[in-house]
Amino acid sequence: MAEKEEKEKKPKVPRQKMPEQEPKVRARNFNEVPFGYTPELAQLESSRCLQCKKPKCIEGCPVEIDIPAFIKLIQEGDFDGSARKLKERNSLPAVCGRVCPQEDQCEKVCIVGKKDQPVAIGRLERFAADWERTKGTITIPEKAPSTGKKVAVVGSGPAGLTLAGDLILKGHEVTIFEALHKTGGVLIYGIPEFRLPKDIVQSEVNYLEKLGVKVECNCVIGRIETVDEILQEYDAVFLGLGAGLPQFLNVPGENYCGIYSANEYLTRSNLMKAYLFPKYDTPIARGKNVAVFGAGNVAMDSARTALRLGADTVRIIYRRSRDEMPARIEEVHHAEEEGVQFYLLTAPTKFLGDDNGWVTGVECLQMELGEPDESGRRRPVPIKGSEFQLECDLAVVAIGAGPNPLLPTQTQGLELNKRGYIVADLETGKTSKPGVWAGGDIVTGSATVILAMGAGRKAANSIHEYLMNK
Amino acid sequence: MHKITYKREMAEKTVCHLKVEAPRIARKAKPGQFVVLKVNETGERIPLTMGGTDPATGLIDLIFQVVGKSTALMRTLNVGDSIQDIIGPLGKPTHIENLGKVICVGGGTGVAVMYPITKAYKEAGNHVIAIIGSRTKDLLILEDEMKAASHDLRVTTDDGSYGIHGFVTDVLRKILDEQKDVKLIVGIGPVPMMKFLCKLTKEYGVRTMVSLNPIMVDATGMCGACRVTVGGKTKFCCVDGPEFDGHEVDYDELVKRQRAYLTEEKVSMEQFKTAGK
Repeated sequence: MAEKEEKEKKPKVPRQKMPEQEPKVRARNFNEVPFGYTPELAQLESSRCLQCKKPKCIEGCPVEIDIPAFIKLIQEGDFDGSARKLKERNSLPAVCGRVCPQEDQCEKVCIVGKKDQPVAIGRLERFAADWERTKGTITIPEKAPSTGKKVAVVGSGPAGLTLAGDLILKGHEVTIFEALHKTGGVLIYGIPEFRLPKDIVQSEVNYLEKLGVKVECNCVIGRIETVDEILQEYDAVFLGLGAGLPQFLNVPGENYCGIYSANEYLTRSNLMKAYLFPKYDTPIARGKNVAVFGAGNVAMDSARTALRLGADTVRIIYRRSRDEMPARIEEVHHAEEEGVQFYLLTAPTKFLGDDNGWVTGVECLQMELGEPDESGRRRPVPIKGSEFQLECDLAVVAIGAGPNPLLPTQTQGLELNKRGYIVADLETGKTSKPGVWAGGDIVTGSATVILAMGAGRKAANSIHEYLMNK
Repeated sequence: MHKITYKREMAEKTVCHLKVEAPRIARKAKPGQFVVLKVNETGERIPLTMGGTDPATGLIDLIFQVVGKSTALMRTLNVGDSIQDIIGPLGKPTHIENLGKVICVGGGTGVAVMYPITKAYKEAGNHVIAIIGSRTKDLLILEDEMKAASHDLRVTTDDGSYGIHGFVTDVLRKILDEQKDVKLIVGIGPVPMMKFLCKLTKEYGVRTMVSLNPIMVDATGMCGACRVTVGGKTKFCCVDGPEFDGHEVDYDELVKRQRAYLTEEKVSMEQFKTAGK
């Protein structure tokens, strides 16, 4: 009956905004930008959900969260229950509520969105997860009886964490090996504090540890142990290595001091907490004039980090046009609000430096859009004689990442593609090497947190099936 | 956590030797490889080459010069204290083979890095000549160990306070003039030493390997902080190295990149000194 009533309710309520820090204030601190919904705002927003009989939003979600059900629990004021509902399908809801591109997934297909703005599913997900973490009670779900099977997970990013959470509940013994000194992978080293507070990631990992997942940091698999050595002790191995090899521009002068890969810049700031230097020992160059190359989410994160580290001018330099920028609209919007400038259809040709080897500027070329390339996007073509120089004392190269060859190339029998990514079945995560699965960015190339989680989930199912028939 | 079981101060307290519990690393590490360590929660990640490993006791030897805050902090640690994180073994091991005659040249704390490599070349059947040098007598380290690890050890000091008066390169030139059957030279030490050593050995046309020590962060090939130019190409020292063909390395760029954080290092050190008072 309740369902019927809900259905009749028209979405008169507009999409609720999330309160957030003022752009001018937040551009100078590392605190999270949005404050999140209050319970009142969350319930108001949740009332906009039509509780569709055939919900499109679930299909739009890579891990198929029962979206109407978790929203209904918010409507009813059962926030803990809502978080539990989320966790049935998604072990990292507080993370996904923040960094998922909902506008391309669940919210894109939301029926309310046809005539009005869609239900703010991501914001509600974040609200329920935050409520449970900070005010509610975290319940540990019941685990299946022990199977006696052991699974090793290499990498503690979103794919590995999801898989670990799934397999521990199915009764297997799970150990995660992480190369860095902290768990979370890209969630810890890559995404800045102002977008994803690190204590959230830590509490998600703590939750897994409470479930019984073992975590071993400082283990660079491929060096301390090979995959074959792990296979002697474990029944299955999952490789969730991420795409950790930084790409550079390959233009002259790129090794001047003050030119970072986005990986280095963000790792220093996020993982090593260089933004708190000298309280933390890791230094980071604080540029006044900063040039960031690329226009994806990582570029936006780098540009916004530079502002927070005291830059006067931060420029995003991108060789294509606004339409082709790979970053989420929300991220571009946040960056613009904070004062990041955009130099579109601009490509760097060389860096300039001083006698001490520090970068002082970059020479660029103006581009125009030509015929579409293999990616379907119009190819940027240089305009002859359009060279110009921009001053910069710090540059961040954020043009993408590739597969780190350290483990893949040292593992016999593991098929790699031409670009060095691991070849794995997209439905099961199975690789060419028996007992070895892979998923996330190391298979697909740089993608989103949620897609990596989806890959972790599929591989978990496949590994479970394999172990139970072994 | 990795407990310190042994501590010795050397070279007028500018160099410190710690033995640290790291059984898995001790089991796996090969000469030429290194570790990254982070002393405590707020620490930075610094690369250090192992001066030795003992699989039986599970201990690794860390021999380091006090050059900045992190190493100064490490020197304050005592037996029973711990280092929070040690990651390794990292980098490619030294390619050890029986070549015939090999010269191992170590300068300053580079001798510590050189020691296990020298030992390995000798064990592989090579005739090993070792040359070690320092500014002055009191800064010389591991003389006895290097003597045992080689067939013929020459010692130099810049000021003539001990051994041969002069630079390691002076001795090396003499040997190369006399002995024409040197197959390989390995040089490890301060960048200027390696640069001049390679200039010399290039004249004589003898293959020379060097071990580089640029700034690193993750040291797994993820960040590119350690990029060095070798043969005109950018390499990541942490995964492509740390050893490279010494005749191909752009040392001037390396020195500049090593000095990228001088200002910050000073701030860190000042703060550390003030806090200690």
